[in-house]
Formats: sequence, structure tokens, C-alpha cells
Amino acid sequence: MPENNKHSANSKPSFWNDPEKRSILFQILMVGAVILFILYIINNTMHNLETRGISTGFGFLSQNAGFDILLTLIPFDATYSFGRTFVVGLLNTLLVSFLGVICATILGFMLGIARLSHNWLIRKVATVYVEIFRNIPLLLQIFFWYFAVLQLLPSPKQSIELGGGTYLNVRGLYVPEPIAESGFGWVAIAFFASLIASVFLVRWAKKRLDETGNFFPAYWASLGLVVGVCLVTFLLAGSPMTLEYPELKGFNFQGGISIIPELSALLLALTIYTAAFIAEIVRSGIEAVDHGQTEAASALGLPRSRTLRLIVIPQAMRVVIPPLTSQYLNLIKNSSLATAIGYPDLVSVFAGTTLNQTGQAIEVIAMTMAVYLSISLLVSMFMNWYNKRMALVER
Amino acid sequence: MKKIGIFAAAAVVSLSFVQTASAEDVTLKGVQERGYVQCGVSTGLPGFSNPDEKGNWIGMDVDVCRAVAAATLGGASKVKYTPLTAKERFTALQSGEIDILSRNTTWTQTRDTSLGLNFAGVNYYDGQGFMVTKTLGVKSALELDGAAVCIQAGTTTELNLSDYFRENNMKYQPVVFDTSDQTVKGFESGRCDILTSDASQLYALRIKLENPDGAIVLPEIISKEPLGPVVRQGDDQWFNIVKWSMNALINAEEMGLTSANVDEMKGGDIPAVRRFVGLDGPKGKGLGLSDDWAYNIVKQVGNYGEVFDRNVGAGSALNIERGVNALWSKGGFMYAPPMR
Repeated sequence: MPENNKHSANSKPSFWNDPEKRSILFQILMVGAVILFILYIINNTMHNLETRGISTGFGFLSQNAGFDILLTLIPFDATYSFGRTFVVGLLNTLLVSFLGVICATILGFMLGIARLSHNWLIRKVATVYVEIFRNIPLLLQIFFWYFAVLQLLPSPKQSIELGGGTYLNVRGLYVPEPIAESGFGWVAIAFFASLIASVFLVRWAKKRLDETGNFFPAYWASLGLVVGVCLVTFLLAGSPMTLEYPELKGFNFQGGISIIPELSALLLALTIYTAAFIAEIVRSGIEAVDHGQTEAASALGLPRSRTLRLIVIPQAMRVVIPPLTSQYLNLIKNSSLATAIGYPDLVSVFAGTTLNQTGQAIEVIAMTMAVYLSISLLVSMFMNWYNKRMALVER
Repeated sequence: MKKIGIFAAAAVVSLSFVQTASAEDVTLKGVQERGYVQCGVSTGLPGFSNPDEKGNWIGMDVDVCRAVAAATLGGASKVKYTPLTAKERFTALQSGEIDILSRNTTWTQTRDTSLGLNFAGVNYYDGQGFMVTKTLGVKSALELDGAAVCIQAGTTTELNLSDYFRENNMKYQPVVFDTSDQTVKGFESGRCDILTSDASQLYALRIKLENPDGAIVLPEIISKEPLGPVVRQGDDQWFNIVKWSMNALINAEEMGLTSANVDEMKGGDIPAVRRFVGLDGPKGKGLGLSDDWAYNIVKQVGNYGEVFDRNVGAGSALNIERGVNALWSKGGFMYAPPMR
């Protein structure tokens, strides 16, 4: 027996005793089990749906929808298909998510910096904001903005006039719609040309700063350049744009751009709620930057604003981006609370009305889940890419 | 971790041999074992299904469930109510969370044929109407071009509304809410000019308004909305029980049986009444129930006329006329096959 042991120790171990092979076997078994389990569930579902006489399949997507939707970014009416309601709902979800991410980021950064302000009042106001809005459930905040604020606005006939042809009432905010006339193309061309010129200006300013150390405010200059050139072209082309003013006709305002209160309430709530979290992320990111960096910057004679912009924020970003990504994902997923106040997002339109009119719960919910999963994965992919770009490159 | 994999695999293999239980005839057994009927109702609609000040559910739709409980378990109070939004209702029934859906649900072809459900009859013949505020000065639905309309999500109302406005070349702005409470709030705050729903619901929702007299229901009825209880397809016994519980309510009214006089008339010698209370005739055998099932319904719930008056008719705040919901012998649609 001792001889045998010695023998096996020198040669290859038996299959069961080789940890590498064993682990491969178990992994195959595990994957097999998962696949079997999924197949079983699918099979079981299909079988039960059939025995209960519930129709299945995606054929319903091409049927006539037969209902209308409050806000559509693409043409839609009741004669379009259920498949189209999916796209309409998806676009509405993307609209509120996109606007929400941008607004929450801007507000969150401002609050985060305000949290560290040397001014006592600003600092305290920011702290109170964060503590209040972070700790109230989002759904309640949505209800608050919708039912307690926006629904108390006056009826269309008693609209609040905000000047410049803008009206606010319980049905929403009505603003004049700019309508481009012939000749507006010149303004567009001027815009892009000045934009390209600004890029060169910024590059030149950076090069000059590197070479001579002389500072040139390239960003402000570019802004002036773009605005100035566009304005001059606009006037030279004979002001080729008219405004279509909203007018009270019958029950509602007609014409112009209308922003429905459902969108405003949802956007307000999502922005204010998420900004409180982003503010904390930004604050922790800035605090993570070693104080010695700031001191070194002021020793070099950099003013405070440029210290923040050139030294602190770029380093803070490395800490900020990963948790910021999860806040963006949260905001996108939270947008599905829209259904509570009747904003026609994907959950309200597709997983709500369409599901109910067709009765095909499994297909509809599966599609809706797939959409949220895909959006979230895409956002994470983008943020991971951005994070890699911003990360510290060790040399 | 690895061991769990093996167990999972073993579990999958053993699970695959488990036959899915057949849907036939399980509902009554389940109800009797449990001791109560699971009934899906609305989230609060006066007259149809709404909790009263003591928290007890009352209404036309609630009484259907109570009748079924009286027939199957001998006690009308043996019901567990599950409030459901319009969006949730069919899934709750399909998944077996409830035994009957009695929630002012319109009987349509799609719902009856492709959801795996069966409508067991009609307990209220309704039609879709419009409610507007008096200050709007509108007299007819045809003057509503360009209006904003509050609707409840997931209802036939959404479809009828779209049809009606398209047919009449009018435009509208649909504002869709999840529950009828939110819909009413939207209407009250002025978010919409019109609230549209089944006419009976409009009367019910109107009394929920802060100022009920400030709103009027327009005369136009734009659709047929036969409302009734729904059960799962494939369990014919349960389907029959619900269907005949409703028939018993209507037949009792026709025979003049009420909760007050049924004990007295039971002893008489009118053949139809004797069959009704289970002394003669088919009794409860075919339904799998006790012989006094119909007696229990009338004794504990009343007949259809009593149910109607108490909940939506003259004896209620809604004060809706019988109209098409009167017995066939009085010019209405309520007609039940004979019990023999």
C-alpha cells in the first residue's frame, strides 16, 4: 500500500483528486442544472398557459392598439399597433430619465460643493436639503409635487401669465414654439462653424499656457464667439424665425409647446431626490482629495476657483464616478413610478394599458424587464468607459 | 456551493416528473377546505364594492360574492375581499389569488376568449357616459372637441373613448390614472374637463366629489357595458355555481321571495318555491352543494331587487333607476333560466 501511494503521488492524480478537473466538472454540472431549470420553468409555463386557455406569443404586437396616449414623441393614435405603444412608452421613459440625469447632476454638483462652502448659511442650507429630500420616500415626493403643488394651479381660463406668451395652469406649462423659416439654415451653419473655431481657440490657449504660462480665458471667449456669430448671422439673414404663441381655444391652450404637469412633477421629484444623493457623493469625492493638494495649489498662487476646477474636481471625479453610476441607474429605474401620476412611461403605457387590453402578462412584463435591463447595462457600460478614461493612470 | 449545484440538478429532475395539477373542480374543494371564498373587488367604488364606515365591504359586486359564499359555505360573510385596480384584476384571477373576480368588469370577446377566463353572467347592464362640471356649460358630448379627459387605466373605457372621439372627428387629451380615486382627484383639480367611465360609476364617483351638485352627467351613453363576475376557465363546476348563484338572485325576485318572507313561503305549496328552496326538483346535487343553497342566498343576501335597491337603487345614496336592469317581466333585461 505505501508503494501505491507513492506511485500515485508521482504520476497524475486520479480524476476525482485533481482540483482543476473537478472544478471544471462541477461548473459544467452547475451550468447544466441552471439551463435545465430555466427550460423546465419555460416548459411548465407554456403548458399551464395552454391548459388554462390563455393565449401566448408576440402576435398581439401587430394588433391595433385602440387607445390614445397623452404624450407621444413620435406620431401615434389609436390606429397604430400595440408594438408602437411599446416604442412610445420607451421614448417617454428615456425622455424623463435623460432630463432627470442631467438636472440631477447639475443640482447635485452645486449642492455638493455648497456642502463644503466656507459660508455658514450656504453650507447649512445644503445640509438641510440633503437630509430632507434623501429621507422622504420618492413616491411621496412625486405625489407631493403632482397633487399638492401642480394640481393647485388655476384652470386654463385663469392661467398665470408669465410674460412673453408663456402661460402656466393646471394642464401644464405653455411656451411659444420657435418655428424656423427659410434662411434659418445659415444660422445653423454659423453655429457649427463657430463651434469648430472655438475648439481651435481652446487648443491654442492651452498650447500658449503650456509654452509661455500666459493665461487666456478660452472658454468664455468661445462662448462669446458662438453666441455673437450666431446672433449676427441671424440678424443678417433677416430674423428667419417666428414664434407660435399658445392661445386659449375652447377648453385648452392650442399651439406652442406644452409641458404636461405629469412630466414636470416626475422630473422635479426625480431631480430633487437624486440630487440629494449626488450631493453627498460629490462632497465625499472632494473630501477624499488630500488637503495638501489644495495647499500646494495656493502656494503656487492659483486662485480658489481654478484650484477647484483644475486640481480638486479632476481628482474627486475618480471617487465620484462609480457611485454616480448607480445613482443614474436608480433614477432610470425610479422613473417607472410615473405610473402613479399618469405620466405615460413604459410601465404605465405598455406594462399597464397594453398588458390589460391584451391580457398577455408574461410577454409584456418580460419585454419591459428586458428594456430596463438593457438601458441599465448600457448606462453602466458608458460610465465604466468614462471611469476608465478618468482613472488615475499609474506611470 | 458545488454541492448545491448537484442538489439543484436533482431537484430539477424530480420536479420534471411532478404533473401540474389539473384545473378541474379544484376551486370548490379549495373554498370548502379554506372555509372562505376569495373575492376580487374594486379599490373602492360606492354602490358596487366599497368598504362602509365599519370597514365591511358592501355593494352589488360584493353581494355576488356573498351569494356564492352563502351557496357554497352556508354563510354569506365567509368571504375574503382583495381590492384590485383595473390593471391587476385579470392577473389576480388567472394566477389563482382569487376565486371570483366581481369588480364591475365588462364582458367582452377578448376577455372571455383569450385570457383563460369565463364570464358567469351579468349583474348590471351599464354603458359609458361622461361627467362634466356645470361651469363648463356643455350640454352634449359632441361639444367636447379638444377637451382633456380623465380615465382609469386598463378599462374598456379607454378604448370606447378613443372610438367615440375618432368617429366624431374630435380631438382629446387622455389623462390616465391607476385608481378611481386618483381619477376623481384629477377631475376635481381641473386637470381634465371630463371624467368618463361607466354611467353607474359616474353616479358613484359623483357622490365622492366635494361638491356633487357642481357636476352633471351628460345624456350620451356611448357603449354597451355588461358587467358581471368572472371565473377561471376550465373549472366548470365552479363556473356553474357562480352562474346559478346569480340566477337564484334573479329567480327569487321573480317569485317574490325576499330575505324577509322566504322562511314563511318555504312552508307553502308553490311548486317553483319548493324547488327553489331544495325541497323538490334538482336540489343541490348537480352543483355539488347542499340542497338549501338557494335558500341560503335569499335568506342571507336577499333577491336581486333587494340587492339593487340597497346598493345602488332607491335605498342608496346613488338613487339609480332600475331601467334596463329591471326584470324581463317589467321591461328590463334581467332574465334567468328556470330552476327545475
